[in-house]
Amino acid sequence: MSKPLDYENLNENVKKCQYAVRGELYLRASELQKEGKKIIFTNVGNPHALGQKPLTFPRQVIALCQAPFLLDDPNVGLIFPADAIARAKQFLAMTSGGLGAYSDSRGIPGVRKEVAEFIERRDGYPSDPELIFLTDGASKGVMQILNSVIRGPSDGILVPVPQYPLYSASIQLLGGSLVPYFLEETANWGLDINDLRQSVAQARFKGITVRAMVIINPGNPTGQCLSVANLKQIIQFCHQENLVLLGDEVYQQNIYQDERPFISARKVLLDMGPPISKELQLVSFHTVSKGYWGECGQRGGYFEMTNIPPKAVEEIYKVASISLSPNVPGQIFMGLMVNPPKPGDISYDQYVRESKGILESLRRRAHMMTDGFNSCRNVVCNFTEGAMYSFPQIRLPPRAIEAANKLGKAPDVLYCLRLLEATGISTVPGSGFGQKEGFLGLQKCYGSSNNAQLLEKSDMHPSKFLKSPSNIGFWICGAGGGGGGGDGGI
Amino acid sequence: MRRFVSHKARNLITKTSTISSTICSSSTISPLNSLSPAAAALRFLSTLHPHSMDSITIDTINPKVLKCEYAVRGEIVTIAQKLQQDLKDNPGSHPFDEILYCNIGNPQSLAQQPITFFREVLALCDHPSILDKSETQGLFSADAIERAFQILDQIPGRATGAYSHSQGIKGLRDTIASGIEARDGFPADPNDLFLTDGASPAVHMMMQLLIRSENDGILCPIPQYPLYSASIALHGGTLVPYYLDEQTGWGLEISELEHQLNTAKSNGIDVRALVVINPGNPTGQVLGEANQREIVEFCKKEGLVLLADEVYQENVYVPDKKFHSFKKITRSMGYGEKDISLVSFQSVSKGFYGECGKRGGYMEITGFSPEVREQIYKLASVNLCSNISGQILASLVMSPPKVGDESYESFSAEKEAVLSSLARRAQALQDALNSLEGVTCNRAEGAMYLFPRINLPDKAIKAAEEAKTAPDAFYAKLLLNATGIVVVPGSGFRQVPGTWHFRCTILPQEEKIPAIVSRLTEFHKKFMDEFCG
Repeated sequence: MSKPLDYENLNENVKKCQYAVRGELYLRASELQKEGKKIIFTNVGNPHALGQKPLTFPRQVIALCQAPFLLDDPNVGLIFPADAIARAKQFLAMTSGGLGAYSDSRGIPGVRKEVAEFIERRDGYPSDPELIFLTDGASKGVMQILNSVIRGPSDGILVPVPQYPLYSASIQLLGGSLVPYFLEETANWGLDINDLRQSVAQARFKGITVRAMVIINPGNPTGQCLSVANLKQIIQFCHQENLVLLGDEVYQQNIYQDERPFISARKVLLDMGPPISKELQLVSFHTVSKGYWGECGQRGGYFEMTNIPPKAVEEIYKVASISLSPNVPGQIFMGLMVNPPKPGDISYDQYVRESKGILESLRRRAHMMTDGFNSCRNVVCNFTEGAMYSFPQIRLPPRAIEAANKLGKAPDVLYCLRLLEATGISTVPGSGFGQKEGFLGLQKCYGSSNNAQLLEKSDMHPSKFLKSPSNIGFWICGAGGGGGGGDGGI
Repeated sequence: MRRFVSHKARNLITKTSTISSTICSSSTISPLNSLSPAAAALRFLSTLHPHSMDSITIDTINPKVLKCEYAVRGEIVTIAQKLQQDLKDNPGSHPFDEILYCNIGNPQSLAQQPITFFREVLALCDHPSILDKSETQGLFSADAIERAFQILDQIPGRATGAYSHSQGIKGLRDTIASGIEARDGFPADPNDLFLTDGASPAVHMMMQLLIRSENDGILCPIPQYPLYSASIALHGGTLVPYYLDEQTGWGLEISELEHQLNTAKSNGIDVRALVVINPGNPTGQVLGEANQREIVEFCKKEGLVLLADEVYQENVYVPDKKFHSFKKITRSMGYGEKDISLVSFQSVSKGFYGECGKRGGYMEITGFSPEVREQIYKLASVNLCSNISGQILASLVMSPPKVGDESYESFSAEKEAVLSSLARRAQALQDALNSLEGVTCNRAEGAMYLFPRINLPDKAIKAAEEAKTAPDAFYAKLLLNATGIVVVPGSGFRQVPGTWHFRCTILPQEEKIPAIVSRLTEFHKKFMDEFCG
């Protein structure tokens, strides 16, 4: 008897969707790890899996919230500082029953207020907590918004190429169309508005209604920080073309150069004043998974809506309510991230020291990796201005490409597999992120603390495989960790 | 088409050069007349799109979003929240002092206490650096400390802040699999487990896999927990209802399943799966073993995936019923991987632990081909993983303290206290409801709800129609405004047409139950007096 759920009768959208970050390379790496090989997972931005320590203060607060009976114990002050105790009490008072009760489907109102205040401090404009929804990680928020926008296959979403494959995967799952716009590697992964117009026109010519535009700022996998001028152009473009702007800003704390600090899309929009500031529809996403917090496993995130009409907000709320509420501990992490210890607090110095330590280390590694890649033959790597990734381009010789074609694999997949077998370094091929035709790349993150060793190990000389270079490049992206580091595999 | 376009584009070049300068004064877009004809044509094409509608409005939002409903946090709750605010701003503005939320299975929001041992372990896992401090031993029980060490050893680098394997941490899945085996007497494979942020995301995943179009149907019990109707709507499928029989304690008849299946087929619906909620929500019935065997045979015969929602497995209040998992039933019938596709859902939100806010749960998938399992894994991987703390909690729920463990006695006492209290409250509310005129209420054999049926008088039904509200919603709103008690109208769960119900949880604190009973009784009497004339 044929099974009721067979590969053949599965939802097509599921079959078509791809998510390379945990795809072929990751699965192969996990297999090798099971066989006893030492693997360094650099496929996903997962800092704690590669040794980055959690910040102390939030962990103290959440532990107290988990076990409120501790708060009544006279000895609690022996292992928890007074400000953590106070903060835990504050958070518990915001809930309707501690960590174990479903909260408001949008998230705890008190935490959303903290988020709004953070946004106001950051941008200089007030933010409405009613338009902020906390989610189980930013990914869930992205899916919720895309689900609201995409009605069918003729709805298109503009997505940067290369992109973080959550977007392509989600659009596919939701049955929409991905409309790519290409970032220009030679212009520091910059965006050319004319290219954008062209992408939109081509899509419309094919009968696609372009509904939204995704920007990832700082970029993933590319790491570039958008300039104010670029952001303005994008905002005007979206306004003219009637697109919702989706601003993935999860790496806003990860900035490794001083020329282009992070400026939120919302701030640029509001600076531009009416009418555009009151008309352009924007949804901004943030998370506790990145920055210097790196609390991926907590699944804490939010989205903030600007200029979305009340009835539409109601519908988005309705869908959120079906899942009842985002996880409460993750919400508290978010509250702590946007409202951390202040000068004068007992834990302030420790908090600053730990945060700075992580950021400075990330900045150092950004330089080391970029310089390291650029010192390899046939490898070109833009500096990582932000985020957590290197996306080097490797020019792969024709013989390697031939070998790959014979195996039925994309050349960058072959390169990454060989790199994995030779060095134990698990990366993600650039084809997983999308790239310009004729270019191939792979992704490597640097969460590992021992980068010099990493680079020596990687020894990425195409000459290892072949003789003469040709004009095919690889993009190597590295993420700060792997699927649970040593837990990779089934 | 091309000739038309370039002709129009040439006309447009002269027309829009003035427009472009007003729109884009601060942009770097070059004026149209300096563009090549091709570029101008492209520019023109981009203006063909009507700009009159905003991108996200009620008119342009995904229609599947508009279609789906979720009454548990729907209209009645919005009204309740407004009333609550009224009471805060203006005490005495209503004939009650507080809102009593009886709409949602959220025990800890109504003062149910969490299980101490679970919270101890979770706190230690959240902040592992205190495990090395001697003072910690004075604050936590020894077996909680030991358990935390065990769990952390299963997490590389003790990094509870790292994304885990997309199915959940392997060691925790091993624990859960052992727990399933201990419960059922049949082995469970950790590779069959997918740990999720609550059971709901796992349900969504299965709907996503199963539903290709509106021609795909999913058999759902009526009344049902509206996650199912909402999820099916969101994924564009068709809900195929099968009616539970209120007269026989919400019995599930195979003949009804067959009848509905055949009707759906004759309407061109390809029925893919059968949802069974056991113990039931909102109906609270616990299936008998014989009934469960019939259901398994039915699914096997008809080639349906059996989706077994078993989140209330620890909530059984009657001595004559017992929970048996569908996994156990299928295996005890001698059916294995080749015979039936079964997905079993469990959650940390219910039972006696009630940890709703943690979002912990799992699905156990058996009887699927490797290709399909790969696709399920891929879906799980797009979201990377579920929250780690919830994963840990799921493993604790499925492997709690045992006889001999230091915390066993206090754990058992806490468990017993919660369960016996739930049973008492169920009985008290059930008796109260049955004493109301025109109301009948089946007993709550399990779960957390009562689903009484009200025989609404014609006058009330007419008044509801005039108010453009479903009659049970009409009743529920009047109840709320008079007493502050929030229940969910039966229409939110669907019911046999022409019958009216509401769902009331058994969760308010025991000391509040008498007040609820008296207020409800008083309201109901007034209601019947008014509408029975």
